[in-house]
Amino acid sequence: MSVLEFKHVYKTFPGMNGYALDDISLSIEQGEFVTILGSSGCGKTTLIKTINRLVEPDSGEITLFGEPVGEQDPVLLRRKIGYVIQQIGLFPHMTVAGNIATIPKILKWDKEKTAAETDRILTLMNLPPEEFRNRYPSQLSGGQQQRVGLARAMICDPKVMLLDEPFGAIDAINRDLLQNELKALSQGSEKTYLFVTHDIREAFKLGTKTIIMERGKILQYDTPLRITEDPADDFVRELLRTSGMTAEEAGKLSQGAK
Amino acid sequence: MLEKIVYYFQNRSGEFWRYAGQHIGVSLLALMIALIITVPLGILLYRYRIGRTIGERLFGFLRIVPSLAVLAFLIPLMGSGIRPALVALVILAMPPILINTIQAFLNLPADLIEGARGMGMSDAQIFFRVKLPLAFPQMFAGIRTAAVEIVASATIASYIGAGGLGVIIFSGLNLLRYDLLIIGGGAVAILSLATGFVLDQLLKYMTRYRRA
Repeated sequence: MSVLEFKHVYKTFPGMNGYALDDISLSIEQGEFVTILGSSGCGKTTLIKTINRLVEPDSGEITLFGEPVGEQDPVLLRRKIGYVIQQIGLFPHMTVAGNIATIPKILKWDKEKTAAETDRILTLMNLPPEEFRNRYPSQLSGGQQQRVGLARAMICDPKVMLLDEPFGAIDAINRDLLQNELKALSQGSEKTYLFVTHDIREAFKLGTKTIIMERGKILQYDTPLRITEDPADDFVRELLRTSGMTAEEAGKLSQGAK
Repeated sequence: MLEKIVYYFQNRSGEFWRYAGQHIGVSLLALMIALIITVPLGILLYRYRIGRTIGERLFGFLRIVPSLAVLAFLIPLMGSGIRPALVALVILAMPPILINTIQAFLNLPADLIEGARGMGMSDAQIFFRVKLPLAFPQMFAGIRTAAVEIVASATIASYIGAGGLGVIIFSGLNLLRYDLLIIGGGAVAILSLATGFVLDQLLKYMTRYRRA
């Protein structure tokens, strides 16, 4: 079943030459982990922001579970979608538990349920609740902050997760760890993930499918293996060449981390 | 001298505490009025460049007008007593609160606010749960400045019959009684310092999340 569909979506920003999104049409199946790869300014962040309506397209239609997002109340729409940005996204004045309870509070969950779910999700993220629950973000490492960010986005069990370079500011070792954990978490899950990155290794490691974007256009949308075996055009070929990415390595990356 | 001061407290401490109470009362009232006017005004103005400019210029100008001049100007309009004194103190307190409120809201991290919106918080929720608490420390710095200035300047208000510790100082001046000058002046100084100290502690407590 197609969870998310873009039909001829265009977007321009004032003062910018060309399109941020240039005739985007695409369909994403349930349970897919789609990574969106491109250099900065290619439109990859804009693409995911049109899904939770932080950005409104100029024309075209986006449907989520068959319903056009443009016709839904943006605030209610966003509560159904998990959203993770770089670590700055945690509220510094709230504890870990307070941050995670942001959406439960809005949805008026009772205290026991919120506390129980907070502990459950912290455990899932490898953060022992009794140790981390009452800490403030300033008392966490970058990797721990991002785990809390993921926990906060996932506590209400959204069917779709949008992640905008969530591991961009994390050191290589922790990034690798977090990638493995996220991959394990997503495998066999019903959730659909959209994950923005500019790192081809991250894109191929996590993605069941990868979108390659440049200047607002989708150049290729396929499995990492197929992309390496059959690049759509010169840009993709060049991207693979400069990063030293081969079909063999792409295969290893997407198999390797369990 | 010391004997005279001790004598004053032994015999007229009731009077002293009445003046101190008046002083604190007038100061608190002036601060409340200034907060009620200025905080919403700052939150309203910060979004608009023109509002910011007008607000900051006007209140920047008010800031350099001496309270005594304001009082002199108000007496023919409002007579003497507590009302013109309150107006003068409120005018004194508004600039730092307004300017800091505007700056505090301008300096909010845009990514964080967008993140909050992206999670599905409504505008009101973003305002009360994210923007206001994050703007608070810088707003509070303005409130602290205003509070200390009010406590110090409420002394002058005694001159137009608003009561307060200034009464002791002005009696001391009129009677050339150094003991009264020291009692009045010292009390105002201690009250100002204590105000600053209490507000600093309050800020420390409320921003305890900053200390890692």
